[in-house]
Amino acid sequence: MPSLDEVTEEVLRLAASHSKVPRAQLSPDDDFFKMLGIDSLQALDLLTRIENHFKIELPDYELQGVSDFRTLAARIQARL
Amino acid sequence: MLDLRKYPSLGAALRAALDRWPDDVCLIEADRERENCRLTYRQFKEAALPLARALQDSGFTAGSRAAIIMTNQWKWLISAYAILYCGGVLVPLDYKLTAPEHLQLLAHSKADILIAEYHLWRPITQSEGFAKSGLKTAIVTEVPANAELHGAKRWEEFRKTGDPVFVERARNDWASIVYSSGTGGRPKGCVMTHGNYLEQCGALTSLFPFWPGVRYLSILPTNHAIDFMIGFIGPFVCGATVVHLRTLRPEFIRDAFTRYHITYVTLVPMILKSLERAMRLRFDALPAPRRRMLGRLIALNRACTRRRPHLRLSRLLLANVHQAFGGQLRAIFVGGAFTEPATLQFFYDLGIPVGNGYGLTEAGTVITLNDFKPFRSDTVGKPLPGTEVRIMNPDAEGVGEVAARSKTIMSHYLDDSEMTAATIVDGWLMTGDLGRIDAMGHLQLFGRRKNMIVTAGGKNIYPEDIERAFEGISVKEFCIFAANYVWPQRTMTGEQLVLVMRFDDAAQFADVLRSQVAERNRLLPDFKRVSGMLVWRRDFPRTASLKIKRDVLAEEIRGSMDRSAMVSV
Repeated sequence: MPSLDEVTEEVLRLAASHSKVPRAQLSPDDDFFKMLGIDSLQALDLLTRIENHFKIELPDYELQGVSDFRTLAARIQARL
Repeated sequence: MLDLRKYPSLGAALRAALDRWPDDVCLIEADRERENCRLTYRQFKEAALPLARALQDSGFTAGSRAAIIMTNQWKWLISAYAILYCGGVLVPLDYKLTAPEHLQLLAHSKADILIAEYHLWRPITQSEGFAKSGLKTAIVTEVPANAELHGAKRWEEFRKTGDPVFVERARNDWASIVYSSGTGGRPKGCVMTHGNYLEQCGALTSLFPFWPGVRYLSILPTNHAIDFMIGFIGPFVCGATVVHLRTLRPEFIRDAFTRYHITYVTLVPMILKSLERAMRLRFDALPAPRRRMLGRLIALNRACTRRRPHLRLSRLLLANVHQAFGGQLRAIFVGGAFTEPATLQFFYDLGIPVGNGYGLTEAGTVITLNDFKPFRSDTVGKPLPGTEVRIMNPDAEGVGEVAARSKTIMSHYLDDSEMTAATIVDGWLMTGDLGRIDAMGHLQLFGRRKNMIVTAGGKNIYPEDIERAFEGISVKEFCIFAANYVWPQRTMTGEQLVLVMRFDDAAQFADVLRSQVAERNRLLPDFKRVSGMLVWRRDFPRTASLKIKRDVLAEEIRGSMDRSAMVSV
């Protein structure tokens, strides 16, 4: 199973490419709503892409209260 | 549809509906591309009655209160019907609240029974105060194998054989306690009667009828007043079908329209905007000749539908657009927050009327709704049949506080006669919103008098409710305001919250405090975050019981500072 750091790195890479933001501008503890300039629906869209990449499925409610990349990565890792 | 005048209660009307259309499908639950369940009215009844019997066997009687905390799913409706069948009072709680907030509202509502999804139940059991919650029975759905239930019973197993006894209720009896806010210390539990709901349902369906074969797409959670009425009671008493979608992901919402040939849907502005964005991208990607042709067809449709919608013609002219929505869509309803006129016009020009409405939980959902006679993108429509709207103390331009009077207005706030008296004055519900009624009888909104904001996602945020999240920051005292309450503006968009911090005279705005605030903010859901900070150098005015006099403080701030004094978080 990949480590949390590895999953976090992959999430950051996917988020950067999806939102057309340079990867170097994003850090694991960043608030993705703020850094990517997205609302909660756009965050769900991003999550779908990330899920497809990892071949997992997270219910919408798993994203509730999650706003930074590292916590998101932890939720994903728990399902891998 | 059923003649609702014949029924004294929601339970009685729903019971009649289940018998009237036994073989029609009442409920479908979809999740992404899967279909989780499909029930006829008969199957719905067969699933609900053993639950009602088990509730009665556990001592649940007329007037007992039962809370539901679930996401948007079929068991919500089954549970609600079982509760109403027993003559119980429904307490629908927002599943997005935190566990301590759930416990607070459970205690305030005095609910004996809680029906919840396991992932929402677990944090409740781990919260301080759980042991003293007063719950007699908890029934939990979607429990993983071998999970610790903390005394709860599995929803699937909480069943008894034998017929439950239907308990009749009168129109004035309580049907529900719906919380419009108040997790910050003063819960606003709107007590809704059976009569409130039946009147509202009759008024709405007179404007937008449902019938067997209509498919209503429900994507808002059923604890939301709009979905409870338009995504449950309304379709059921007309023999229609509710399609529940368990995800809000835009791609699956788009897919659900075509898969289920949806007739009506209710959206919050944020989702409507997301649909618009996706459609504009698709239009922009068309080759130039097709894009030009589409533009001409849209212009033609606009000209033909100027006075009223013309669905058949629009479906013919803009067939591809309508096929993308399943080909059967008659209207989209939007409410819960302000919707930009340009978005409403975008859909109307495509032949998809968007019924823009305005309402409050306290009003039994909807006060005004656009009836498309003709379509107006700049108003929230006209009062529903049976509802009177009046502008209190209008200024020279006719703008004042919107007040409403109707049989749909709540009975009172639970255990708060003071707040009830301030909100319902001589039978008029004071909405706290500012508006004007134009020559055509349409209501236009211009802002708020009350200290709250509404997000594009339809969430009402009361500043007092989130102050707890900032307790302990390094200031002498603090409070949160809706910026438009401090500095009134005639707008319903871009509303934000401002954190006012009382500094000692010598204190400076240190980076430590800035990061403290940012850190607390991050712990809040995105829609509850403060976006501005304000430094204040005087003690807050307080009552004898030391509560902040918010109106006085807001006035003091307004008198000495303007918006530019705010620092962003």
